[in-house]
Amino acid sequence: MKKFHFRPCGNYRETYGQELTVFETDFGRLWTWVGIFILFLILPFLGTPYFLHVLNMIGITSIAALGLNILIGFTGQISLGHGAFIGVGAYSAAVLSTTIGMPFLFNLPLAGLIAALVGMIFGIPSGRLKGLYLTIATLAGQIIIEYVLVHWESVTKGTMGITLPRPAIFGYELSTDRDFFFLIYVSLGLMIFIAINLMRSKFGRAFIAIRDNDRAAEGMGIPIFRYKLLSFGISSFYAGFAGAIWAYYMVSITAEPFNLGLSVEYIAMVIIGGLGSIAGSVYGALFITSLNEILRWLTDILMNMKVFTEAGVNVAPIREFFFGLAIIIFIIFEPRGLAEIWRIIRSGFRLWPFSY
Amino acid sequence: MSFFFQLLINGISLGFLYGLSAMGFVMIFKSSSVLNFAHGELIALGAFFFLALVTWAQLPIAIAFLVTLAGCFALGFLIERIFLRPLIGEPLIYVIMLTVGLAAMFKGLMLLIWGGNLQTYPDFLPGFLTLQWDILNIPPAYSAALILGVTFLTVFGLFFKYSPQGIFMRSVADNQKAALSLGVHVQRVFALSWAIAALVAGMSGVVLGIINGINVHDLSSIGLKVFPVVILGGLDSLSGAIIGGLIIGLLETFTGGYLDPSLRDVIPYLVLVLILMVRPYGLFGLVEIERV
Repeated sequence: MKKFHFRPCGNYRETYGQELTVFETDFGRLWTWVGIFILFLILPFLGTPYFLHVLNMIGITSIAALGLNILIGFTGQISLGHGAFIGVGAYSAAVLSTTIGMPFLFNLPLAGLIAALVGMIFGIPSGRLKGLYLTIATLAGQIIIEYVLVHWESVTKGTMGITLPRPAIFGYELSTDRDFFFLIYVSLGLMIFIAINLMRSKFGRAFIAIRDNDRAAEGMGIPIFRYKLLSFGISSFYAGFAGAIWAYYMVSITAEPFNLGLSVEYIAMVIIGGLGSIAGSVYGALFITSLNEILRWLTDILMNMKVFTEAGVNVAPIREFFFGLAIIIFIIFEPRGLAEIWRIIRSGFRLWPFSY
Repeated sequence: MSFFFQLLINGISLGFLYGLSAMGFVMIFKSSSVLNFAHGELIALGAFFFLALVTWAQLPIAIAFLVTLAGCFALGFLIERIFLRPLIGEPLIYVIMLTVGLAAMFKGLMLLIWGGNLQTYPDFLPGFLTLQWDILNIPPAYSAALILGVTFLTVFGLFFKYSPQGIFMRSVADNQKAALSLGVHVQRVFALSWAIAALVAGMSGVVLGIINGINVHDLSSIGLKVFPVVILGGLDSLSGAIIGGLIIGLLETFTGGYLDPSLRDVIPYLVLVLILMVRPYGLFGLVEIERV
């Protein structure tokens, strides 16, 4: 009979395989299955369309945040252009499905690939620059892509935007929030699966080596430039994929949302979730999206309150204020993010009564 | 030909303002190697502070200006004290994101207090500042900007060259560990450089506000224009910031005038990418970047 593993207290790893394992305990595996069950069989049938809409947005942002975490958290290359790459994905999907008329299922990965290509082009400066110089180069990339999206009117229709047809899988048309819920969360599951396994492979470890010490990595025979480009490509693939789903879900797109603010929001997600943690990207997406929704709800309430309407105060900027405050609080008090907080809580239970 | 000269004058004035705004940015980078994404918001804060003092508190212009400078100085000091000191020694991304968070906070606060509309200062510049020269016409605000800019450049040039605090700041910029072991109070230097940078930012905010009117979005977007300027001039060179600003300003007005007005906003970033690929340390920066 198989021996079950529960609650490891200390480091008992003996073989290389144990070090690489995804689920340290059978308990974790069990909870993963329970989580998948709840996610697909219970959650979509609960609640209002609004609740499902928020869940869908969380799923889409999680995919893109995952991509950014591969680049920033695992490879250590800070990019301020992620929002633009999402835009590239969204526009690729829109152009592919309207002017070329490709079927929906091909469009998602294709949009991802196009975004990956663009991402790799803007990753080329990483061959010569690092640290803050690279950050500034990606900032320029963000602004240049934004400009192209607005001004390349023959393809992107400029400020008019593009309206997409309803996507269909094998003749079944996705129209409700619930249909999209299944599409988004199946994709998210797939993307998490790929990311986890990528990080256990040769590539993932090369990324981590580059992040920790690029000179040592080169000394050990890792071709840094090629791996950095690859990391840019993978990260933009995730962004483009998420952007494509986003475009279909939103039905019509313009270049407006894919600005520097979006890139900053994604970096905030990755930091608040936890740099270099796959689960952290999802926590970060969850946190920021819910924070946005809560703040929107709060400002709506405040806006209708008599005191504020009479004083003529516009309370909408409160959102921006609290968004900034959340970033600052996390950076000063827990720079390793929600993933670390969750780890501390878990190990607190595991080591009880001798935690600390 | 007069179109050309008008563009030239506009470009030089615009570039000079960019240069002034970039000076504070360079000052922070020079002493503490922090890339300040909240610089545009500091500029806007200075402009609004002056506005509040002039219109609400009805202070005389000269006193209002001095109080604004003092207020910005205190603000920069506090920012360093509260937010940046806990992050000394942390990786770059945290410091960058902290300034991004600060930017969002300040922006929200300013929008909450003053709203997003364009506001203007009352007209107070004396008429003799208007320079009329054949067909060329330089508005008083530009000449005021020129006078202020040259004054500040001289004062800070002297400050860095001769005063003990200035020498401390240069020593920290040159080598933090060596400065620390020679008894320089590095933390005080960081605080001072943030305070001075906020002061310079506030000053350029006032000048920009006189010229273009005061609007949160416009002023804070200057904070992003600062990047091409400082990379072109060299990240750690004060006079490089002015020259980089002039080049970027001229480039912007000439592309706007002769090629396509919509290209105006993107051309500085194209230049930025080009410079980063060819000469990342800029025209006057210290050549110490590491080839990866």
